[in-house]
Amino acid sequence: MRYVDEFRDPKLIRQAAEEIGRLAEPGRTYRIMEVCGGHTHAIYRFALQDLLPPNIELIHGPGCPVCVLPMGRVDDGLSLARDRGVILTAFGDMMRVPGRTGSPLEHKARGSDVRMVYSPLDALKVAVDNPDREVVFFAIGFETTAPSTALTLRRARQLGVRNFSVFCNHVTIVPAIRAILDSPDMRVEAFIGPGHVSTVIGCRPYEFIARDYGKPLVTSGFEPLDVLQSIVMILRQLKDGRAEVENQYARVVPWEGNRPALKAMAETFELRPYFEWRGLGFISQSALRIRDAYAEWDAERRFSMPGVRVTDPKAAQCGEVLKGALRPHQCKLFGTECTPERPVGALMVSSEGACAAYFNYALRKTAAASA
Amino acid sequence: MCLAIPGKIIQLDAGAPNFAVVDVGGVRRKINVDLVRDETLALGDWVLIHVGFAMSRISEVAADEQMRLLTMLGEERFAMEELEGYRFE
Repeated sequence: MRYVDEFRDPKLIRQAAEEIGRLAEPGRTYRIMEVCGGHTHAIYRFALQDLLPPNIELIHGPGCPVCVLPMGRVDDGLSLARDRGVILTAFGDMMRVPGRTGSPLEHKARGSDVRMVYSPLDALKVAVDNPDREVVFFAIGFETTAPSTALTLRRARQLGVRNFSVFCNHVTIVPAIRAILDSPDMRVEAFIGPGHVSTVIGCRPYEFIARDYGKPLVTSGFEPLDVLQSIVMILRQLKDGRAEVENQYARVVPWEGNRPALKAMAETFELRPYFEWRGLGFISQSALRIRDAYAEWDAERRFSMPGVRVTDPKAAQCGEVLKGALRPHQCKLFGTECTPERPVGALMVSSEGACAAYFNYALRKTAAASA
Repeated sequence: MCLAIPGKIIQLDAGAPNFAVVDVGGVRRKINVDLVRDETLALGDWVLIHVGFAMSRISEVAADEQMRLLTMLGEERFAMEELEGYRFE
């Protein structure tokens, strides 16, 4: 077991790790999926897998918004800047995401007006400051980020900003979890539930996972101790034969979620019949589009989008990694053709993606070993 | 994208109730507070900030923990960059 003194509270970390060791029955394999990319990042950063017995395997789920965005949507957004002369605004996370014709950063270098913003409200400000230009915000993210886009749409209407629109790519986490549960090669026994998504949606939307699929889910914080405690709670459920939704992160996550956020989302967005996820394919009712009442601010209706479809390279095995059938380094392209510098598959794109997180962790481990 | 920045409310304006000024490690910025206004917001309250919006209220202890977590994850610099990057009023 790894030396634990580097943690803030080594005693509690050691206790939690020991409790996990006691609860994990030898001869049984435990596959636990952390749904959220923030958890994936933390798990690798703190090398938490090293604190667990070898029969507990952490599977890294679909909760990295940049990773699951299909390449065609990136191309669609970029075509607005290239062919229609709009100012395309996007979060920093998006800037290096490759489309078929290059990333937003590369398009910017070629002369397209692509600007990085830190908030959708910044994108609205760009529109106010450039009244003679069309400004589009490339919206991505799960329910953590969707409320801020919703409130920005509301504000655009309030202020009567007519040269601003949103290219909506918001996705919802629950249908993705359901798709994973329904897939035939699914091998996950329990879930570490997302932290900040749950501050918005609360814990109720996960209840079907326990009720209909008999699998525990524990909403977790991001500290090493949070993640270990969540694993303890999961193992206790499995030992007792219980399947429940529990909230380890109650200091931040209210069981009922954030009412103003849910209200703003319901006012501005509705579910799309289906949406494509990189690595998982089409999932019904898994993404948001802008409601008719806000049609004027919907980039997809304001501009006719090419609707580009790009198939992921067949050799990339992102889907298998997402469902836990393969570990990141078992993919044929891992570390050779597919690296964080030149990502081929979805999960190598962002530091929250399973493959990029694993790649960086392996690099640090090698560096530490040779130091 | 999942990580949030802890900030302390240091200025409220009755004329512009959608916004408040927060302090994060000495840096002050205006953020939107519409998502945490269902109960009265007061000076000295702590919130978690994500892309320019206060997402939830937290205790001072939880705010300390979150800042330390960002530092441990090596994300502190990006968090401050984000905060300093907000350009809206």
